[in-house]
Amino acid sequence: MVTMATTALSSSLTAAFAPMSARRLLVFGGIALIAGGMLFGDIFAVFVLHQNGGRTGETLLAAAQAAAAQDPAGVRAAFTRIGSLLEDRGTKVDTHVHMTDAGYLALLLALVQPYVALRQQRKKRLAQLFITGGVLLPVGIFLIHYVGLAYSPFPVIGWASVLADSAGALLIIASLGEAWGFWKYLRGTRAESLEPNLAADDSWAKRALLSGGTVLVLLGFLYGAWYAAFDLYPQEKQETAILNSLAEQSAANNTALMNQSVNDYGGLAGAKAISIAAHSHAIEFGLLAMLLSFIQPYVYLNEVWKRRWVLVLLAGSIILPVFVLLELKLGLVAGGIADVGGLLVIIALIGMLVGVLRHSGRLDAGVTQ
Amino acid sequence: MSRSSKLLVFGGLALAAIGMCYGLSYALFTEHQTLDGMGGALSAAFVQAAQRNLPQAHAAIDRYGRTKYDYVRQVDLHSHWIGLAMLMIVLGVVFDKVNFEEATRRWLSLALLAGSVLFPFGVILQTASLDAWFPSALAVVGSATVTIALAAVAWGFARAL
Repeated sequence: MVTMATTALSSSLTAAFAPMSARRLLVFGGIALIAGGMLFGDIFAVFVLHQNGGRTGETLLAAAQAAAAQDPAGVRAAFTRIGSLLEDRGTKVDTHVHMTDAGYLALLLALVQPYVALRQQRKKRLAQLFITGGVLLPVGIFLIHYVGLAYSPFPVIGWASVLADSAGALLIIASLGEAWGFWKYLRGTRAESLEPNLAADDSWAKRALLSGGTVLVLLGFLYGAWYAAFDLYPQEKQETAILNSLAEQSAANNTALMNQSVNDYGGLAGAKAISIAAHSHAIEFGLLAMLLSFIQPYVYLNEVWKRRWVLVLLAGSIILPVFVLLELKLGLVAGGIADVGGLLVIIALIGMLVGVLRHSGRLDAGVTQ
Repeated sequence: MSRSSKLLVFGGLALAAIGMCYGLSYALFTEHQTLDGMGGALSAAFVQAAQRNLPQAHAAIDRYGRTKYDYVRQVDLHSHWIGLAMLMIVLGVVFDKVNFEEATRRWLSLALLAGSVLFPFGVILQTASLDAWFPSALAVVGSATVTIALAAVAWGFARAL
């Protein structure tokens, strides 16, 4: 039978999640940033990534053909286009990574609030500063490709980079402020109104997320070590070897071998991207699962739905890196399944966010025991 | 809060701040120039190929390879320091649930912190000299230390179930 996990909220739950507190701001802001960053990553993977890779390969071939035709101006024009394509791809990857990671850090800071010996008002300011930086940093990074150097007084840094760097500085200031508060706590200082620890919870959802997350992080570490030991250096050597071969075939005007080299280059770039994506996503999803385990007491949903979201999140977290790795063997079908895995994580995350919103709504309505 | 937890939380916060400072200074003073250098070297290589000057083309591609080698490791330092810092903060919050004696937990937290600092540091030292064995050894020892310590922490969590 489906029953509500909590019908009325205990005073400890209420105190640990007070209205407009630093912790509430960091939890909401953190989950929203993570969901936004993941949604952006999924949209990028479906609509931009492969198309961008294809265009980069075509333009590299155009550069080689221009070299074969002894046309240096054509070569330079092609590489300007390649630079633009790589910047387009790179800034979108960075937008995804920085938005998601700022969300993770926000959730982390929410956890350590009881150990930050600063006044409530100052803690709230730091939280506001952090969330502002976390939103502006990815926005600035995203705009770098589109704004370029327009109206910039600097030779290589545009206004969007200035926005991104300023937002990064906000994140650093907020993190240093939190570290200062923690240092004061270690020295024995206590805040006037001490924020209580997160509510004690030993539910199935918490244990599943904590243990599943630790296993995912460990698997990601092991795969990363294997990649660094066996693939990283050979791939770096292979890249320069392919480019040297492409330059030689261009000079010899050998169209068939030029095509072959460009295909090899595309395959290598794909293999590298796949390995790095599998490594980083396994670890990031593991960390996310561990972080979400702490906020389970604040997910106001019945136990069945809490378990469903946990299972959906863990399933998506394993599907994405595994099928990303299988993309080399199974092609775009595996890529599509990996995208669905990412979508499952986003859906579970939004499901939990709805639970936290319901919890805070009840708190604000004053439903306490 | 135990000493091992404090070490992980404070070490994690400090490492995250250091990783961010490195990322910011890198983005401000190095990244744009590095990317321009990589693009310029690759473009120069094919311009030389167009002029049928293959030795210069190969030299430019080698320059591209070397710049990219540095770039990948500089970005790795930033991302791995912050990623490992986040992991340490999370573990610090629940470290009391790792079912070992506090003395063992303290060694584990030290191993996690030391490995998290040394592994990316070894990676960035690789850019100083391509052939030196010490930076690679440092990176291998650092990453192995973090991985073994994390496996022990997972075992400690499992013992508590």
